[in-house]
Amino acid sequence: MYTILEKQVLSDVTKLMVVEAPQVARKARAGQFIIVLMHDQGERVPLTIADYDRTAGTITLIFQEVGKSTKEMGTMKVGDSFSHVVGPLGHPTDIENYGEVICVGGGVGIAPVYPIARELKEAGNHVISIIGARTKELLLWEDKMRAVSDELIVTTDDGSYGRKDLVTVPLKEILDSRPGKIAKIWAIGPAIMMKFVAATTKPYNVPTIVSLNTIMIDGTGMCGGCRVVLDDGARFVCVDGPEFDAHKVDWNNLLSRLAFYRNEEQTAVQRFEKDHECNLDRAISNGVR
Amino acid sequence: MAQLSPKERMKIPRQEMPVQTPEDRVQNFQEVALGYTLELAKREAERCLQCKEPHCMEGCPVEVRIPEFIKAVRDGDMAEAVKIMKDKNNLPAICGRVCPQEVQCESRCILGKKGEPVAIGRIERFVGDYELSNKTFELAKGPATGKKVAIIGSGPAGITCAVDLARMGHEVTIFESLHTPGGVLVYGIPEFRLPKESVIKAEIETAAKALSIRILTDYVIGRTLTIDELQAEYDAIFLGTGAGLPMFMRIPGINLNGVMSANEFLTRSNLMKGYRFPEFDTPLKVGKRVAVIGAGNVAMDAARSALRLQSLKAGRNGDQAEPGSEVHIVYRRSSAEVPARLEEVHHAKEEGVIFDFLTNPVEILGDEKNAVRAMRCIRMELGEPDQSGRRSPVPIQGSEFDMEVDEVIFALGTSPNPLVFTNAGGLERSKHGTVVADQEHGRTTIKGIWAGGDVVTGAATVISAMGAGKRAAADIDRYLKGEFDW
Ligand SMILES: Cc1cc2nc3c(=O)[nH]c(=O)nc-3n(C[C@H](O)[C@H](O)[C@H](O)COP(=O)(O)OP(=O)(O)OC[C@H]3O[C@@H](n4cnc5c(N)ncnc54)[C@H](O)[C@@H]3O)c2cc1C
Ligand SMILES: Cc1cc2nc3c(=O)[nH]c(=O)nc-3n(C[C@H](O)[C@H](O)[C@H](O)COP(=O)(O)OP(=O)(O)OC[C@H]3O[C@@H](n4cnc5c(N)ncnc54)[C@H](O)[C@@H]3O)c2cc1C
Ligand code: SF4
Ligand code: SF4
Ligand code: FES
Repeated sequence: MYTILEKQVLSDVTKLMVVEAPQVARKARAGQFIIVLMHDQGERVPLTIADYDRTAGTITLIFQEVGKSTKEMGTMKVGDSFSHVVGPLGHPTDIENYGEVICVGGGVGIAPVYPIARELKEAGNHVISIIGARTKELLLWEDKMRAVSDELIVTTDDGSYGRKDLVTVPLKEILDSRPGKIAKIWAIGPAIMMKFVAATTKPYNVPTIVSLNTIMIDGTGMCGGCRVVLDDGARFVCVDGPEFDAHKVDWNNLLSRLAFYRNEEQTAVQRFEKDHECNLDRAISNGVR
Repeated sequence: MAQLSPKERMKIPRQEMPVQTPEDRVQNFQEVALGYTLELAKREAERCLQCKEPHCMEGCPVEVRIPEFIKAVRDGDMAEAVKIMKDKNNLPAICGRVCPQEVQCESRCILGKKGEPVAIGRIERFVGDYELSNKTFELAKGPATGKKVAIIGSGPAGITCAVDLARMGHEVTIFESLHTPGGVLVYGIPEFRLPKESVIKAEIETAAKALSIRILTDYVIGRTLTIDELQAEYDAIFLGTGAGLPMFMRIPGINLNGVMSANEFLTRSNLMKGYRFPEFDTPLKVGKRVAVIGAGNVAMDAARSALRLQSLKAGRNGDQAEPGSEVHIVYRRSSAEVPARLEEVHHAKEEGVIFDFLTNPVEILGDEKNAVRAMRCIRMELGEPDQSGRRSPVPIQGSEFDMEVDEVIFALGTSPNPLVFTNAGGLERSKHGTVVADQEHGRTTIKGIWAGGDVVTGAATVISAMGAGKRAAADIDRYLKGEFDW
């Protein structure tokens, strides 16, 4: 169960894996996520279902190596298995024919925005997509996004590819140039990017949906660790979300909660990298011998 | 030992159970109470008067035949003791450890009228532990009936129901949303009260193997599969999903960093083994000054875990507990109303947990980094008795004060998780979110679906959940045999 059938290295720090999980694939819909546990000593890591294949019984995961768990996951190979995959969790995206919509994907957030764009397109929307990354290396799925978008704009922070801009710049241009035309906007990416997208679209009053990636444990509503503060009180992201009205989110609270375990995360990563180097050293010296 | 007269029996003092000293045990997560030796168990068993009308049994929700199993222990016939026990209670090693005996079986023991009751729970634990290492009792699957039953949730209610049904020959599948079966026994109750590998895993694995019970972890019913899909495939369904949804107080500051539910704190610690971070990957943060709100078993478990984590942290840093480290239990009623098991309160006090009775938080105060720095509380006094008969606490105007803390853990009770009810039309629930089911059989408002345990009663006890699982299993069996029309 939960065997890795395919692995692609999308960039140094971004990996794609196709994983066998028929019971998840059967039910998965755009906007939902799963939780994986690598092994019995691992932690429960939430990842968006970037794609799924019901007949093959597989789901596609794309993750960025940011800490101990995702770095370790990056070392897994085709044929290896996760010890647990649970899902699909959270609510699916509300797909309808809204008219003209914008999908914004930042960095590894391009992966989860892809199935949303695809389903919006299938539902008859005119889909404008803006995808961006810090640098060309980190950009992914340009071709897949192009295939499901009526218009596609690509940006990089450093100008190494596409427009040299943050995603919010073309976003504002579109809102200015087509007043009243855009029915709805989805934005997925780093919390800080979503915060600025929210600030950009607010003056235009265009409904904006973000998919939040708070820290989670169970993913089923029993711990409250994932809570987010909205204008009208707290919600549990895993069961009430992960999508929320961007204009209602208390972004500073969200950002501070994401940083809560920073010291522990650093300890874990340092320990992992030390072990990993020792293994590498051993492998190299074995090879030499 | 020669036959004793009742007078002589009553002269034997209640046998204490060996424990780790408080100084030692706050430095580790190993079990606090070490259990009776055979000698101690036999000696305690000698105290039982073998009453003709044993009132103790009336106090036990599953009616364990108490005098009979105690007599078998006294006679040294452990296999017999196990057999008597397992007739009513599949999980004695667990119940012996966690039942609130002082309000159940032991509260009715005749010896308690004048002196101390027979330590039924401790003897029961001894019997359970004996069985875990000696395996005298064979669980056997009954002749196959060809009927399929789905059990949702693998807590004590689900496990008990599954075991009984499998023994009756039905084909049983348990669906569990977490990655480990056991319910609160694995994610809530700490290792130092209930060892996970040697007790829970052993009990569940032995039973599942012997009875070919299929346990499917990672199945969130309501998401991975829904109740209507299960209905199409199974002849009967038992719902034992517990009451896992945490409650928070509606006071300012509740979403600061460092404020969490006891469920989160305990799940990180127990299920994810956060107390062994970084050997295990899930981090668990303990404050220097921790306040736990509430005084039930959950609060005691959170407070005592926090105390251990503080010591372990200090140990890692190479010194004794950090000066000024404190763990408080903050409770709005008085010590007389504390709902936790007596033994847990006693252990918590010995270990140095500070109890602030008649105190209630009104606001949590944060610093510039959005982290907890203090908790504003108000003093309470007891007013008139409410419907429950308990005197309800009322705030004393103007008595606010600030308590310096950097972590606040809420243990205010829980309610059923509604996730499972997706596509379960017609399943009636009360206004508290609990499933409506009749007490005698556990039948819900949908034909073919039974429910029991915390999902019906709200947060209660392990043994009452087991009792409900047992009664439902018996009723499901009758239903599957066509003995009654729903
Ligand atoms: C519903 C949901 C869907 C997600 N989908 C994806 C996905 O498709 N691809 C992907 O790469 N990541 C996704 N994430 C984020 C992913 O779960 C985290 O990056 C991962 O848990 C980090 O684990 P770690 O041990 O490697 O890093 P850690 O050591 O735990 O964290 C390293 C750094 O990442 C930050 N961080 C920790 N947890 C999160 C989090 N949940 N979200 C964002 N930052 C975090 C920390 O503040 C820290 O700075 C999703 C999160 C949620 C809640
Ligand atoms: C910290 C703590 C300490 C306690 N201490 C004691 C004590 O000392 N003595 C005592 O008698 N009682 C104690 N209790 C209470 C006792 O543990 C519960 O009353 C008992 O576990 C209830 O059993 P249950 O089978 O009804 O539910 P649970 O044990 O809650 O099990 C329910 C199971 O269902 C699963 N589930 C939930 N939703 C779904 C879904 N949608 N799909 C699939 N699976 C699902 C859950 O993951 C869980 O595994 C304590 C409780 C806690 C939290
Ligand atoms: S199961 Fe619990 S209540 Fe019943 S006899 Fe055993 S300890 Fe007492
Ligand atoms: S009431 Fe007490 S003394 Fe009497 S049978 Fe029960 S345990 Fe023994
Ligand atoms: S992750 Fe536990 S409630 Fe959402």
